Amino acid sequence: MPITKENSNIHPSGDKRFQMLSATMKRHQYAPDALIEVLHQAQELFSYLEDDLLLYIAHSLKLPPSSVYGVATFYNFFSLKPKGVHTCVVCMGTACYVKGSTNLLTSLEQQYQLQAGKTTFDNQLSLLTARCLGACGIAPAVVVDGSIEGHQTAESVIHRVEESLHHGS
Amino acid sequence: MDLKELEAIAFREHQQDDKIRIRCCIVGGCLSANGLAVKEQLVKTVQEADLGDEVAVSGVGCMGLCSKGPLVRLDPSGTLYDRVSSEDAPKIVASVSPRASSSQSLPPSQYQPDAHPFFTKQLRIVLENSGKIDPEKIAEYIAADGYRGLYKVLREMNPESVVEEISQSGLRGRGGAGYPTGLKWATVAKAQSDRKFIICNADEGDPGAFMDRSILESDPHRVLEGMMIAAYAVGASQGYIYVRGEYPLAINHLQTGIRQAKRLGLLGTGIFESSFDFKIDIRVGAGAFVCGEETALMASIEGKRGIPRPRPPYPAESGLWGCPTLINNVETFANIPTIIRRGAKWFSSIGTENSKGTKVFSLAGRVCNTGLIEVPMGTTLQQIVGEMGDNVPDGGKAKAVQTGGPSGGCIPAALFDTPVDYESLKELGSIMGSGGAIVMDESTNMVEVAQFFMEFCMDESCGKCIPCRAGTVQLYQLLTKIREGKAVLKDLEKLKQLCNMVQETSLCGLGQAAPNPVISTLRHFQDDYMGLLSQE
Repeated sequence: MPITKENSNIHPSGDKRFQMLSATMKRHQYAPDALIEVLHQAQELFSYLEDDLLLYIAHSLKLPPSSVYGVATFYNFFSLKPKGVHTCVVCMGTACYVKGSTNLLTSLEQQYQLQAGKTTFDNQLSLLTARCLGACGIAPAVVVDGSIEGHQTAESVIHRVEESLHHGS
Repeated sequence: MDLKELEAIAFREHQQDDKIRIRCCIVGGCLSANGLAVKEQLVKTVQEADLGDEVAVSGVGCMGLCSKGPLVRLDPSGTLYDRVSSEDAPKIVASVSPRASSSQSLPPSQYQPDAHPFFTKQLRIVLENSGKIDPEKIAEYIAADGYRGLYKVLREMNPESVVEEISQSGLRGRGGAGYPTGLKWATVAKAQSDRKFIICNADEGDPGAFMDRSILESDPHRVLEGMMIAAYAVGASQGYIYVRGEYPLAINHLQTGIRQAKRLGLLGTGIFESSFDFKIDIRVGAGAFVCGEETALMASIEGKRGIPRPRPPYPAESGLWGCPTLINNVETFANIPTIIRRGAKWFSSIGTENSKGTKVFSLAGRVCNTGLIEVPMGTTLQQIVGEMGDNVPDGGKAKAVQTGGPSGGCIPAALFDTPVDYESLKELGSIMGSGGAIVMDESTNMVEVAQFFMEFCMDESCGKCIPCRAGTVQLYQLLTKIREGKAVLKDLEKLKQLCNMVQETSLCGLGQAAPNPVISTLRHFQDDYMGLLSQE
């Protein structure tokens, strides 16, 4: 198919998400300084940033792949590996720490035989930590599948994660 | 948009004033505690009882007492209900209107904010609208005297007199270092350039601090107005808000705020029929603590790795894309509209000799009342922890307060009578920082705390300069050795030396301040260290 103005945004794979990503880049006029915004959008669409995706972005923004890779690996927010179906983020900020977030993390690690930052073999659960969620008023806090839960104990957090794993929410 | 239109919007909004108001917090801690469901239930109950003409329910920002959420406040009585559930909604509605039929009695816990020390000790300037207005309605902000400061500067003041007013007020940067805001503005205003930028630093990376998040979620227009006034004063036409990716609701409220301000012509070209043009864009951070440092933050806005560069040149001379740039923190900008409206003289009458105004603290950790407070500078830690925070739960004893996050230090309970201002905290080996105040009780070992912060700095070091990249690792290992009981007295000496070296030779604030928690705990809690030393 000849590349014309109309279909230049269509990725050879036919994946529509690329079209949406292209639209974001276009809105930023393909400016290299929009890289972080574009990576945010890419991660939202694809859930993680694989090498091909980074190359695609580098090509579109006319940036060397090394600098795109450099930026993607610099920031904690960007993940270059796929995450599990469910995620549990334990806040390790000072207020949560003082109120025992280490216990929450240890009990989760033991329960699911999982280290922080890793995903279970069946790809069901990723256990993550956060610097500070800014939810210090309700410490210790965790985020299970995007919803924040305060005043947690080792029992309540496992109960909450179990609920998520078995009921999908 | 002109003043008449502004007044008209405010007037329409004030027509609601004779109704009984039920305000429900729908941000921050209350949101996580199901505040939104409570609000919806309240709305539904009022609708079903057909009370719309005498009772108005609104979702508002943070009321401060985050640990007791969801909070519901009734006005004009001022009664506050804590830990409200959806089932309580009919009872609350019944309590305000005899027309609502309900045989149930009132929900149990309620108290008057004007009698509770958590509220009475506060003086709210930055948080004056938090918990009162709906953060997603620009009309409510305008009704609370919003955008009057902007009108005043655009129509009645020249840029020089705005800078002068801010200088006179004695306002100092609320982001940590406490640099005089007026002086910073004057430097940017003087710089010669066709393009200048304003940046609002909302990359609140300090763990344990959530003031900026709460301000943005509860009263976003106040920050926008502050930025607009600053832009007029220094001659900038483009602003950026660099906000943490961890704060989706704050981003959402800012986006809504910017959209509304544009629609009313408060952002864009020819604002208030003057020649002033201004535009604000949001940049979402991606989780790097070092981006709170201004040069790193600017690199990040430019789409690069957030790595600091040496200063000078300071951003005021050469900042974003080499142009003069004014960077202030969220809370600093949030002070501006009120200073302009009420005058520098009024503002400088609050606080201590060298620290004017108020400071918002996020009180967290081992205290009964955790949440957000705003107190005049010079309030003592005892008042904050003992009276407002209502001490440590279960009869425990406070050991220390940690301020300033990983760049700050721990202040022992014995020194709680210290009035809080920039200088006094510095003297004690801590810093004001952005305003996190985390209370630790006797069960906390300070070596552990120091190690916790060092691990944080070690992970967050960007790796550009060696003292920070390697020094924090060595410091962490030394602290681990002490904690494991393998260290001897000589190691403490080594620790001190290394702290000194990292402090003196690091490139940016992250490294320079990284040893602070160690130094301050060594100073005030030497026994914790000595007790862990090996006896051999």
